[in-house]
Amino acid sequence: MTRIVRRRYLALKIDCDVSVDSKAVSDAIWNAVVRLFGEVGASQAGLYLVKYDENKSYAVLRCSHKALPMVRAAIALLTRIGDKPAAIHVLRVSGTLKALDRK
Amino acid sequence: MKFVDLHLCAPWTDLEKAKYLIAKSAELGYNQIGVPIPASAEEKTVNKFRQVSMENGLDLVTRLDLVPKTPGELLAGLRKFRRKFEVVSVLCSSKAVARQAAKDRRVDLLSFHLHDPKKRFFDRAEAEVALASSVALEIDMTQLLDIPEGYSRVGLFTRLQRETATAKSFNVPIVFSSGASQPLLLRKPHDYAALTCLFTLETSLALEGLTANPAGIVERNREKLSSGYVAPGIRVVKETRKL
Repeated sequence: MTRIVRRRYLALKIDCDVSVDSKAVSDAIWNAVVRLFGEVGASQAGLYLVKYDENKSYAVLRCSHKALPMVRAAIALLTRIGDKPAAIHVLRVSGTLKALDRK
Repeated sequence: MKFVDLHLCAPWTDLEKAKYLIAKSAELGYNQIGVPIPASAEEKTVNKFRQVSMENGLDLVTRLDLVPKTPGELLAGLRKFRRKFEVVSVLCSSKAVARQAAKDRRVDLLSFHLHDPKKRFFDRAEAEVALASSVALEIDMTQLLDIPEGYSRVGLFTRLQRETATAKSFNVPIVFSSGASQPLLLRKPHDYAALTCLFTLETSLALEGLTANPAGIVERNREKLSSGYVAPGIRVVKETRKL
């Protein structure tokens, strides 16, 4: 059976001097996409924070495969999470969670 | 793929901070970094930076940033320092300086003030001159991160779209550098490539601007600065004694 929506999973490393919670990370990414591409763009991105490990500052984000370039651009443009200076680096991109874990 | 960041603004006077920034750069996947060095820098300090870079598996490229006010000042700077640095970049503050820099083969990179629309002189005429003398257009990505959201950022994207399209149509090489002075402003090469989609540049061209274009400039200049170099394609292989 083929899936209608093709997805991409992004392994993210959150680089911030203080620890941030999953809601702050999710909000920061959502806001970045909305500010850069508008509400229509964000609605097409299908963003969802699948996993977040606060201790390792590691997250897995899901998005639509068509929206991958714009999600990557919005993430690269992020300089703050909440009011704290931060950067998010994309470690890996994969089509399935299983493959992402393997990589 | 060998990634090059030709503009890592490692603080020259603070080696500890510079070490951290260089280590971060290596962690993010760069292979070669260009650090702006003051013209008055001592060889000893340059060697320390080279050592730190080598410890992190990076190749250090010495870079000079010239900020001349007049074409005459630019020529004097080039005459004095060209052979001491591997890469020379010119921050163009006037149209006359931009034109002079574009037609001078000793200049490697043309930089412009990203935040000031009146100081961006990369138009079709500039591109035509730059192509003839193999000068590349440099875009510092940190300035994209620095700029406040809203009107100023929209204006910047418009200008970058126009300039990259001009460079592409004239085959002027584009070099994407970080221009970062803080670790949190550094991004991975692929993230920079993703950012270029904001000014409608293809990913393949963006990756060239992070790999082949800057690496080519460094390779060309290192060959020119080597002792046996005579002219492009001609070098002294062996010296024979006169009978």
